[in-house]
Amino acid sequence: MFRRPTIGRFRIRGGIHPNDCKALSAAQPIENLPLPPLLHIPLQQHIGAAAEAIVKRGQSVRKGELLARDQGAISAPVHAPTSGRIVGIGSYPAHHVSGLSVRTVTLQPDGYDEWHDACEGVDDPFALTPDEIATRVAAAGIVGMGGATFPAAVKLNLRKRYTLQQLVINGAECEPYLTCDDRLMRERAAAVRDGVLLIAQALGVSAITIAIENNKPEALQAMREAITTTPSIQVVGLPTRYPMGSEKHLVQMLTGYETPARGLTADIGVVVHNVATAAAVYDALRHGRPLISRLVTVSGGAIAQPRNLHVPIGTPISALITYCGGYRSPPAQLISGGPMMGQPVATLQVPVIKGSNGVLALTADELPQRREMPCIRCASCVTACPCGLLPLTMVAHIRAGNLDSAVTYGLPDCISCGSCAYVCPSHIPLVHYFNYAKGELAARQRAQHKQGETKRLAAARRVRIAAIQQAKREQMARRKAATAERSA
Amino acid sequence: MWVAILIITALGIVMGWLLGFAAHLFAVEGNPLQEEIETLLPGSQCGQCGYPGCTPAAAAVASGQAPVTLCPPGGRALAESLAQKLGVTIDLAGVTEPIARVAYIHEPLCVGCTKCFKRCPTDAIIGGPKQIHAVFADACTGCENCFTVCPTECIEMRPLQATLQTWYWPRPSEVA
Repeated sequence: MFRRPTIGRFRIRGGIHPNDCKALSAAQPIENLPLPPLLHIPLQQHIGAAAEAIVKRGQSVRKGELLARDQGAISAPVHAPTSGRIVGIGSYPAHHVSGLSVRTVTLQPDGYDEWHDACEGVDDPFALTPDEIATRVAAAGIVGMGGATFPAAVKLNLRKRYTLQQLVINGAECEPYLTCDDRLMRERAAAVRDGVLLIAQALGVSAITIAIENNKPEALQAMREAITTTPSIQVVGLPTRYPMGSEKHLVQMLTGYETPARGLTADIGVVVHNVATAAAVYDALRHGRPLISRLVTVSGGAIAQPRNLHVPIGTPISALITYCGGYRSPPAQLISGGPMMGQPVATLQVPVIKGSNGVLALTADELPQRREMPCIRCASCVTACPCGLLPLTMVAHIRAGNLDSAVTYGLPDCISCGSCAYVCPSHIPLVHYFNYAKGELAARQRAQHKQGETKRLAAARRVRIAAIQQAKREQMARRKAATAERSA
Repeated sequence: MWVAILIITALGIVMGWLLGFAAHLFAVEGNPLQEEIETLLPGSQCGQCGYPGCTPAAAAVASGQAPVTLCPPGGRALAESLAQKLGVTIDLAGVTEPIARVAYIHEPLCVGCTKCFKRCPTDAIIGGPKQIHAVFADACTGCENCFTVCPTECIEMRPLQATLQTWYWPRPSEVA
């Protein structure tokens, strides 16, 4: 079924060419951010159930020690980014646009940065069985580091349910401004390669493709040099187009096969992992290091010195901005992630989490014009949509309150990439409408689920009350019979 | 003439018998529309509509005695689906989306009288005689049955706070 990928042979539709602005930070080598005075480590940094804290206030922990263990099938544990003392476990602003709080462990670093004894690597990780690799990756708390934060071990176990032919490593980094994956491939190409091979071993696939957009020639070169001795890996340069890094589009570009609607790429035998995830897998297996730090690009026109930083998880983003020389000019907007799909940051106090790949401080010139005008039915959004949807029609239905009609027009297939809103000449916040509609639909689904549960509980209660009354009647009858016997 | 009278009479008898037989054979217990409406209703038997439970409320809607907008906890979505089921047009201007609330028991005030515990239609309150009660928020439907019976007024109806899992972008404000 599978053909080897051929560059330019397969095409994807739509997409846009935003100014990539990567030159701001692409030349900056990775720097280690000094430890901040306090680290705030949220227990929910991934998709799925929040982790449960196993440490207590006042307890001393060492670097890499387990702070909270995973709960349920889709979850990830959380580890201490450095040694120090737990000064609190409570609510702290989440790394989320809503500004809501989330359960967070606050750690005061002691400055010694001592590793925990349990953090021991394996000399030859390639001798591990697929199950052992998956278990170790799960224990290291590794999640998808491209931003989706889906627990990586769950994806490594996909081989149990699907027949897989191909592993695709996503180094596209199609979001403007972000350069941390680029720097990672340039500086740690061997670690990425070994991580990729370990993931392939866990999945049991032999065909591996590392896909990198052509706007990162140094990263392409570094990866090509790193894989000269490993024939199973192929490095492919991709045309620069947003959203090339969306996994379904990447797979279609490489293999020519389209992922079924609402399906997984595993349905067509392909698994996609991010380059940063591959490096994290290598660190976890070879050196026994759990996921306690990550690379973050700090960039944007308002940042004095844009940089690529190696940041301990839990560092407040204010520390990153201070390290980058503060602001050159007052920022109009602070964004976590890329400018296309990233989310505004509520406060500067929010911590860096496992999925944060960028902190952008954008000036007013870099932001889209805000004044919204009526739709002129130009269908630019239809041309730009990489999923083949009709954004203008879906928005018309959402505005009229017909969410169900929007679903028939393919709302669940929308990946919220923002291409439609980017090209809209009327500056209609199309993607905002889609995010609202998706949230509203999810809320309705939850309400439906709750209604079903309520009915079940109400029915169970009726049965219970009937049983109690029946028991009372029987007891009464017995008592009456006993009284009658005594008097007789 | 007699032949015609006999034929018509015979036809009448045969058809009447057929109809009677069919009525017996295909008899429907209860109003099917009522059952369909009842499956749409929340089913918490909370009584906020003024009827003693969801079954009588469904009967009232099916017979046209109650409007499709009767159910406060169902809100706009329920009114829409009921209107679609009955094929009526509705004015949703008066229907407000209910703010989800759940009961919360202030423990220092609770005397463990079990009144709320007995009234809760979904068994969302846990506790026993002379034991402090607590609300199992996931099972609470916010029907306020417990709120009205508590002798020490220790129950508060708290709006359900959004969490990272339930928060979503609000609807964008529109241009004229």
